[in-house]
Amino acid sequence: MPPESAVSPAAWARRFNPVDFIRQTFAVAEADVRKLRHDPTELVTRAVQPTLWLVVFAQVMGRLRGVPTGNLSYRDFMAPGILAQSVLFIAIFYGISVIWERDMGILQKFLVSPAPRVALVLGKALSAGVRGLTQAVFIYAIALLIGIKAQFGLLPILGVLVSTLLGAGIFSTFSLIVACLVKTRERMMGIGQLLSMPLFFASNAIYPLALMPSWLQVIAKVNPLSYQVDLLRALMVQGGQSTFGLGVDFAVQLGILAVLVAVAARLYARIVT
Amino acid sequence: MNLTTNDRASYLAAGAGPSPAAGPAGAPGRAPSFALETVGLTRRFGDFTAVDAISFGVPSGTIFGLLGPNGAGKSTTIKMLTTLLPPTAGTGRVAGFDIVRQPVEVRRMIGYVPQMLSADGNLSAYENLLIFAKVYGIRVPQRRKRIMEVLAFMGLADSAGTLVNKFSGGMIRRLEIAQSMLHRPPVLFLDEPTVGLDPVARRNVWEHILRLRDEFGTTILLTTHYMEEADELCQEVAIMHQGKIVTVGAPAAIKAAAGVATLDDAFAHYTGSSIKDGGTFRDAARVRRVARRMG
Repeated sequence: MPPESAVSPAAWARRFNPVDFIRQTFAVAEADVRKLRHDPTELVTRAVQPTLWLVVFAQVMGRLRGVPTGNLSYRDFMAPGILAQSVLFIAIFYGISVIWERDMGILQKFLVSPAPRVALVLGKALSAGVRGLTQAVFIYAIALLIGIKAQFGLLPILGVLVSTLLGAGIFSTFSLIVACLVKTRERMMGIGQLLSMPLFFASNAIYPLALMPSWLQVIAKVNPLSYQVDLLRALMVQGGQSTFGLGVDFAVQLGILAVLVAVAARLYARIVT
Repeated sequence: MNLTTNDRASYLAAGAGPSPAAGPAGAPGRAPSFALETVGLTRRFGDFTAVDAISFGVPSGTIFGLLGPNGAGKSTTIKMLTTLLPPTAGTGRVAGFDIVRQPVEVRRMIGYVPQMLSADGNLSAYENLLIFAKVYGIRVPQRRKRIMEVLAFMGLADSAGTLVNKFSGGMIRRLEIAQSMLHRPPVLFLDEPTVGLDPVARRNVWEHILRLRDEFGTTILLTTHYMEEADELCQEVAIMHQGKIVTVGAPAAIKAAAGVATLDDAFAHYTGSSIKDGGTFRDAARVRRVARRMG
């Protein structure tokens, strides 16, 4: 039972201060951003995998011309999928860093502060989002280098930014929920490994939905990653098209994020007990 | 750095609620001067009782020590009082607020230094404090000033820009105490504040804890298994053993009542075992294991 349950919604609403809430959310993310600034090694090593996918895998598979990618080249088709994938791989292991902060005692100090649990959870989602954005910048750079036809308009870029934040938020918050339940780094690592590849392959990241057997299509359609990829595919590359519609993509992701944040905020304090 | 009466007044005024001296206003029949009290506070993990119906009160502006070996229930008690863990039964009041019914108000009134050295090593001392200044809603006009004040108070002003992973254990501990007093809480919780420190660093931390009480009137609850620490710092101590408080009082009174010369001997007198091997490592490991399973 989290202590918050004793507080009536009316009392909570009276006390809620949106300015403080936003400050607290950003403060949690700021701690992580400042750490990355002191030691950006992690961001560089993270960039190796997407480079391999785009420079090696996409080049070779593209020659087969076996994947029906509409008017896009296979490389252009795959680039948004690889961005979504690298965001997923960062975010799905986010719970490990939260468990590490618990072991260090850092998390306890945030939990005894007056900051609402929702702000603490959203702050973590935002910091995963910032890491995701560094991947986006990197993947745009590779795209330019190897001649992927990226869109550079203001609106598409903004859309990619929001979509990256949403995707990172969804999977990092999901990871945080798992961390609150399993509580140890080893188990969290195992679960992250277990989930990351199925989420990736059961999505439209590197092949279209239409190519999948129908059972896999069903799974892909409940996989949040598919909606992130769909959104990115429409916004990131010239001639890219959405299968579900941009409105659906945004709405589904926002809805999932809201539910996950609400659940995580209720469970967050359990990680220290 | 010496703080004037003015500084002290502003420290106390900055607390967002009743002053520590106000105590549990609206709690009829209780002494009004307790900054912190528990009534039958209990925590069970399954069939294991980590904290067993403990009741005590801490007068405002004093240092109170929870004494006992690992596994005695000290940290579980602190977790409940800091609202990290809901009690199974009983309750407590901190700075006038109920830990079960008013956890958010309680969080505004307390500072907390966990047992582990928990400052973030990949941030500078200043950055560590900056993040928490923001979390506690300390706004821009005073933010920098307040951070530099607490750093100076803890003797860390020259290391503000240094990454914490270059700090010694004693410096990290002082930085954490600095962080816990940023928002000028009337009640401070220190969980094993000097565990793992060398004697010189330990004495240095002690001096700062005493100054916090003397200059700001902060009420401090600390846990320790060092008897000389309790003797040196605390006006009152409670000896905990297997989740229960076996005796409570001023260190001198406890020693006199037991007819012994040291708190070590008093502990042996009351629990029938030495503090060093009274609570075995297995006890502590068991508490943690059970706590994790029950979570």
